[in-house]
Amino acid sequence: MSEYVRKETQLPKPIKSHIYQLDIELTERCNNNCIHCCINLPENDDISFHKEMTTDQIKEYLLQAASLGCMAVRFTGGEPLLRNDFEEIYIFTRKLGMKVLIFTNARLITKSFTELLVKIPPMIPIEITVYGMHQSSYEAITRSPGSFNQFWRGVDLLLEHKIPFIVKSAILPSNKKELIEFETWAKTLPGNNSNPGYAMFFDLRNRRDDETKNSLIKKLRITPDEGMEILSRDKENYLHTMKQFSQKFIGPVGDQLFACGAGQSLCIDAYGRFQPCMGLRDPELVHKLGTTLADSLVKFKQLKEIRATNPEYLSRCAHCFIKGLCEQCPAKSWAEYGTLDTPVEYLCEIAHTQAYYLGLLSSGEKGWLINPEEFQERIDRVVNG
Amino acid sequence: MTSIVTLDSKCVPSEDVVAREIEGELVIVPLTSGIGDMEDELYTLNDSGKAIWDRLDGKRSLSNIVNELIAEYDVDRNEIEVDVIGLVNELLKRKMLLLNE
Repeated sequence: MSEYVRKETQLPKPIKSHIYQLDIELTERCNNNCIHCCINLPENDDISFHKEMTTDQIKEYLLQAASLGCMAVRFTGGEPLLRNDFEEIYIFTRKLGMKVLIFTNARLITKSFTELLVKIPPMIPIEITVYGMHQSSYEAITRSPGSFNQFWRGVDLLLEHKIPFIVKSAILPSNKKELIEFETWAKTLPGNNSNPGYAMFFDLRNRRDDETKNSLIKKLRITPDEGMEILSRDKENYLHTMKQFSQKFIGPVGDQLFACGAGQSLCIDAYGRFQPCMGLRDPELVHKLGTTLADSLVKFKQLKEIRATNPEYLSRCAHCFIKGLCEQCPAKSWAEYGTLDTPVEYLCEIAHTQAYYLGLLSSGEKGWLINPEEFQERIDRVVNG
Repeated sequence: MTSIVTLDSKCVPSEDVVAREIEGELVIVPLTSGIGDMEDELYTLNDSGKAIWDRLDGKRSLSNIVNELIAEYDVDRNEIEVDVIGLVNELLKRKMLLLNE
């Protein structure tokens, strides 16, 4: 490499782009009907289809993103490949000089699409969710006959054309016993060097749109103890990771509601509404079609100023020193209760189970009842222990 | 490195890359496979590189570009010629530029 040209694996630090990544949910429709999904609508949902952004609207947002220095676009859904204009959108994005990340179930990957990916690589490995290693386990989750064979055909095409992809999964009753089989297979795939990621503490419907589905999702959630068992299967690695994590992220966050990364990047839903994160669908916080990305970025930055007001949140979450272990956030609170600051009991239990395992808390103790001097001592003990 | 261009050469950016200016920095993003060393990496040009890249339009010869840079910046001709030839050779090697013969 000469003094003139520098190779970068990501955008160099001196360049401060306004947004590094844009997430676009191209559709909420999906060709799977997964039992645990928090967003999917049927593939043939006409109402949703007709409300979706047009190709030109999507291109307009991509142009805006590029002008804000965006370097990567994640296309998700629903199943993004359901859109007939996906290839056109993909090429348009890449020609703007942005990398592309595709979240897909791989069922609609065709020979011609893989040939396009060979010619114009996405520059980020595709991410594929694998619902099971066998037709029975896979289709018990997707509830879509034939989906297993289509998934395999898509994976085979990617392998044949040497398109980089990584696999991940969701832990559910029908595939729970296949974890080792899945991980063994994943390790044989090029580029899948670390353990796959799993969804297991499922979110309720993001739009609070289906009580029946929510009841099913609640039944499918694994218990915090089962989750702990899975998280700590590789005990040494888990403890090593969590020590580093504890050093950086453990401690109470106070009443600031958006202590997360919401608003740092931007998400656009299938209908052209801007959201501060992919999960947060509270109509009060999304910006309608026609707003510019730049305007929304400015407005979303103000989210950092919002304070929690729910007394229960203020007495628990605001003081809880294990908040870093907890997935409690405005998006999850809204999906569960329709408010931004109600403690989500399931997430609280998961965080406490982890804290008990790590020795940050003794059995039965609550994170919000430990005083600052004491919790710092406990963190130091875990980090240095 | 053996030079594959002379000061009479004219070069143009390849259509297989996208050059983006972000906050004053020039980032070159490969579009098609086979550009650069690896498909998943970006390239940035330093200020001198950017000043040269901006003039590579397939119409100006490298000699014209050298003259323009001398007029604009207070620099030694030999130094600029080495810079221009060096950068162009490197970008040609990475298929980010094409010779416009």
